[in-house]
Amino acid sequence: MIAIYKKELRSYFVSPIGYIFVALFLAVSSLLFTYTTLYSGTCEVNLYFTFLLYIFAILIPLLTMRMLSEEKKSKTEQILLTSPVSLFSVIFAKYLAAFTLFAGTLLASCLNFIVLYFYGEPNSVIMFSTVLGILLIGSAFVAIGVFISACTENQLISALCTIVAILATLIVGTLANYITFTPLRVVLKWISVFERFYVFTYGYFDVVALLYYVSITVIFLFLTVRVFEKRRWE
Amino acid sequence: MIEINGITKRYGNKLAADNVSFTVNAGEIMGFLGPNGAGKSTTMNILTGYLSATEGSAKIDGIDIFENPIEAKRRIGFLPEQPPLYLDMTVSEYLNFVYELKGCRLEREKHIKEICDVVKITDVFHRVIRNLSKGYKQRVGIAQALIGNPPVLIFDEPTVGLDPKQIIEIRNLIKKLGKEHTIILSTHILSEVQAICDRIVVINQGRIVANEKTANLAHAVEDRRRMTYNICGPQNEVLKVLKSIPGVVYAEALGQRDSDSVSYMIESAENIDVRKPLFFAMAEKRWPVIGMDVMGMDLEDVFLALINDRSKQQNKKEKKGARA
Repeated sequence: MIAIYKKELRSYFVSPIGYIFVALFLAVSSLLFTYTTLYSGTCEVNLYFTFLLYIFAILIPLLTMRMLSEEKKSKTEQILLTSPVSLFSVIFAKYLAAFTLFAGTLLASCLNFIVLYFYGEPNSVIMFSTVLGILLIGSAFVAIGVFISACTENQLISALCTIVAILATLIVGTLANYITFTPLRVVLKWISVFERFYVFTYGYFDVVALLYYVSITVIFLFLTVRVFEKRRWE
Repeated sequence: MIEINGITKRYGNKLAADNVSFTVNAGEIMGFLGPNGAGKSTTMNILTGYLSATEGSAKIDGIDIFENPIEAKRRIGFLPEQPPLYLDMTVSEYLNFVYELKGCRLEREKHIKEICDVVKITDVFHRVIRNLSKGYKQRVGIAQALIGNPPVLIFDEPTVGLDPKQIIEIRNLIKKLGKEHTIILSTHILSEVQAICDRIVVINQGRIVANEKTANLAHAVEDRRRMTYNICGPQNEVLKVLKSIPGVVYAEALGQRDSDSVSYMIESAENIDVRKPLFFAMAEKRWPVIGMDVMGMDLEDVFLALINDRSKQQNKKEKKGARA
């Protein structure tokens, strides 16, 4: 499993994709940071992270789009699936590699916040819990991306579907507010990633939210395993 | 060493493998022969745990691939039809990756170096796989299968797309590996299995049509010997004499080959060698035999022969059954 993890991380940086991801992430997050906090003269980072979540719709697919689709296309998945490792560890290693790059870049982007300490008094607890919330949401998004890339051989389709899926989970909460039919609204709110994210921005650590995001991650990784199992059987 | 029992694989309505069973003993090289789409790759993919079977079981070294896949896979080195190479890696990176992937415990540098020496890729060890020739890529694929020194090696069409020199080199390599490993090798080239394998399993349309020692199969398909002779002499008389030789069931003049000899096609009865009596009969008449050639059977002839045999046997059985 460590072998696959290392291979995946390496493959981000022998192709341009890893550099593009890191550069884009840092550039966009710095821009957002400048406009949402520095220009408005506030230490609040809520707005910054809310915008950042929308940017993830573009960034996360960069990490996951070729992950399994490429292996399928070039038939290299055969060596992974016929070697003495379990299917879950193959997929988990891949997820973990994508998540590592995501988390690393996110933490690097947090260096921006140092500026706030020079000119104001930001609430470190809120900042910390918000970053934690973002990490959890990112984990769920990466898992969704991994799942989608397992479903197709085509990187482009994989990327587009991931963008749509992530955007949908982001927008669905807002949409729910306009819906008067209560059961549907409850369901939509439940799907919405934002609903549970707000708790973190108040500086609370919510176990339910933690479980929610971890469950989504696990469910999508499990579904990915099922996709492979199904392909073996059909 | 390898035991396959009643493997059946269905893709929708299509039967890719239909009740396939065979065993390969330790140290044997088995040739898995069949036309494209016969079910060779499917069977091999099932055996290596890449696909699952609709029915049946497969055991490697006594370990069931469906019940204990990880342990079974540890004992197999697999070269799929298309070598599973990461083109952006160097040979060195790739083999190290496979080494770690397989959780190999042999001494790393020594083990990888030994394998590179065996498959002769030492000189491209630090080159990127994308830039290697097809022959080298195939060898890197074989090297990958050898890592961890598994007792069973499974090669799916290892010589496809190589030039004649490379084909010979790969065949010799497989022969060499066969001394220490149990090998299954698939191909659609009859001469290839005859050259390397101890035993041949022939598959057609998902069914096994023959499972014989190489020598026996060659004998079986050459039972009805067809030969061509070049003989100098008057055509009609020669033909008359040929037909009178005991064991000759059919003779036909194929036409004049050069100024004074005519070539003839002769079919002899099963299990009778007519070459010697033919020689003496011609010698008696003082008609020199200046050429003789056993007409080799190609893969299609073998199939036709085997399938015909099968249906004949089945007919006999059915008739017997009807009488009983």
